[in-house]
Amino acid sequence: MDFKRRGLLAVTAACALALTSVAGMAMAQDRTSVRIGYAVSKTGVNAAGANTTTIPNYELWAKDVEAADGLTLPDGSKLPLEIIAYDDRSATEDLVRSVERLARQDEVDFILAPWGTGFNLAVAPLFARFGYPQLAGTSVVPNIDGLSDRWPNSFWLLGSSEAYAHALVDVLQPAVNSGELNGKVAMISIADGFGIELSAGARDAFEEAGFDLVMDKTYPLGTQDFATLLQEAEASGADIFVAYSYPGDTFAITAQSKLSSYNPKVFHPGVGTNFPIYAPMNDGNVEGVMSLGGIDANSQAIQDYRARHVALLEKEPDSWASPVIYASLQMLQQAIGRKGLDREAVSEELASGTFDTILGSISLEENQLKDMWYIGQWQDGLFVGISPTDKPGAADATIPKPDWN
Amino acid sequence: MKTFGILTFLVLAVGMAVLPLGIGDYGHGVLVGMMSYIVLASAWALFSGPTRYVSLATVAFFGIGAYTVAVLADHLPFGAILVVAGSIGLCVALLVGLATLRLAGIYFVIFSFGLAELVRQLITWFETSVNHTLGRYIFIEVSTAQIYWMLLGLGIITLGLRWWIGNSRLGLAVNAIGDDETVARHAGVNVTGVKLALFAVSSVLITLAGAIQAPRWTYVEPSIVFNPTISFMTLVMALLGGPGRLWGPVAGAVPLYFLFEWIATRFPDQNAIILGLVFVAIVFLVPGGLLSLIDKWRARARAAGEQAHA
Repeated sequence: MDFKRRGLLAVTAACALALTSVAGMAMAQDRTSVRIGYAVSKTGVNAAGANTTTIPNYELWAKDVEAADGLTLPDGSKLPLEIIAYDDRSATEDLVRSVERLARQDEVDFILAPWGTGFNLAVAPLFARFGYPQLAGTSVVPNIDGLSDRWPNSFWLLGSSEAYAHALVDVLQPAVNSGELNGKVAMISIADGFGIELSAGARDAFEEAGFDLVMDKTYPLGTQDFATLLQEAEASGADIFVAYSYPGDTFAITAQSKLSSYNPKVFHPGVGTNFPIYAPMNDGNVEGVMSLGGIDANSQAIQDYRARHVALLEKEPDSWASPVIYASLQMLQQAIGRKGLDREAVSEELASGTFDTILGSISLEENQLKDMWYIGQWQDGLFVGISPTDKPGAADATIPKPDWN
Repeated sequence: MKTFGILTFLVLAVGMAVLPLGIGDYGHGVLVGMMSYIVLASAWALFSGPTRYVSLATVAFFGIGAYTVAVLADHLPFGAILVVAGSIGLCVALLVGLATLRLAGIYFVIFSFGLAELVRQLITWFETSVNHTLGRYIFIEVSTAQIYWMLLGLGIITLGLRWWIGNSRLGLAVNAIGDDETVARHAGVNVTGVKLALFAVSSVLITLAGAIQAPRWTYVEPSIVFNPTISFMTLVMALLGGPGRLWGPVAGAVPLYFLFEWIATRFPDQNAIILGLVFVAIVFLVPGGLLSLIDKWRARARAAGEQAHA
């Protein structure tokens, strides 16, 4: 190729680029659709989480709305969805810019939340400034004073670290009181936002309940070998083993525990335990393993949801954030059905209304979802909710956990 | 010629300064991203261009800047935070530079990549073991346009410094080092001192770029601000334009930035594949940088002209 042709190529490419960016500028148009935009981590370090939990549910919801001939507005008319999706490449700056683009350039009607705690926090001020409701289904409640005053249209649906810790204590307390468990806890946590937050909550809750925290260690991101930590946990004599770990670590911790026949009476690894792949990965020998999340396996709505998820995406949803995200979209859909496309009115409705979702009837308190499954346990091949223990549909916890085989 | 160059530069600077007027929030965001990479690529080339030491430590300093803002956000005014951030960047650069700039070529590349990871792990360890927390919030009211203007100022300083170095004795010394370090040493150049000075200046500029942008993210944790992609993007942009020339990094950063932005919005699902192809294409089609093509074209035109005369 000589230089002239190369130059021509470059100029053509530049022109094509310029043309499409101009074409991309949204023009005012008659209302023929409801424009919904989102930016999530389709690539990069956050892609695994986003592709497991967030994206499948956004796609499933879009299909379900399409099957219902569109979104229903207060006057009974229906409008189809128009979805605009961007990749934030797992970079905050790209995410911030994508949301600015969705709000100002594409002028979408609503923006769906990104994946992860840090990323939801990064865009919260933008959602607030542009006046969009933010339904964060993959972020634990941030530890900020006056959260709902600061960002009144942000809604946090995955619970707070204190709530998880107290829900765990509630499940364990009776067994400790009866002497079934010795009340000693060995805890390990990942040195990352998630692990730090949840272990801090747990530390306080265990102390309050009079449990004896005999081991409390953090490990860095990317740790592969857990043999030493697990040996130490076993040697500590604790009946209760808790890990606030990420999926890869969770799988490694479980495999190593089985390998070394470490079978504490309560075995509670972190995120990943609630993934559908967890059971087949361990040859189905996961009976009695506890973790965050859970579902009401007897709920018809949940069963239908799982069936639709499998039919469309050929994989099961996880049993923690997935149903929460889908429910958040149902909330949005119903709020639009009641208030129309006025974002402010929709935000008010989300904060104060009651919604009929796959998680049952939902209403938010102080912009947070509090009535939810915090702790679940694998029972008969399903990860079922066991705490809050007084929540309707709660299964009885199996303590002690049966042998691995 | 010189006055003409300075005049063009001034007109360009004023033109860039009035750009944010009359465009919306998204436009401001795009400008911030573009100006950020112009600064990063130019600052990177300030050290790596003439010395030919390929550094992957960009994000280490970028992250230090952002993290300093996160730590001090509630305690100092933004201007003072920038001064502190720059000073920390300078200290780290001097410390690291003294220890490593004696390393040759490939060892320096590996070390610089490790540096980003080292800083990130140190901060993580400190925050988790001492403070028992990790994420930090930044609640500073700075508008996107203001961030852009600050970055523009930083960009002008960066280009000015590069121009000044290129036209000074220092520039001669640096180029000598890039050509042959041993010869430069024998010719009486204080090789380590020169390298250290350039590395420090380049690092301070990168640190400031990170610090200026941090208020845009609200929430900062090590895995967010020490994202290695930033180092690679900076490197590829500078290489595309040609790191040895004053305007090379700018000529690489602007088109690549818009290309990436366009790909992320048009083909969000094929993003990674297209990026990979672009990198390969750059290496094969413009190994000497975009601006070197102009030289080649000129040479061709001249050769063609001479032929016509003959």
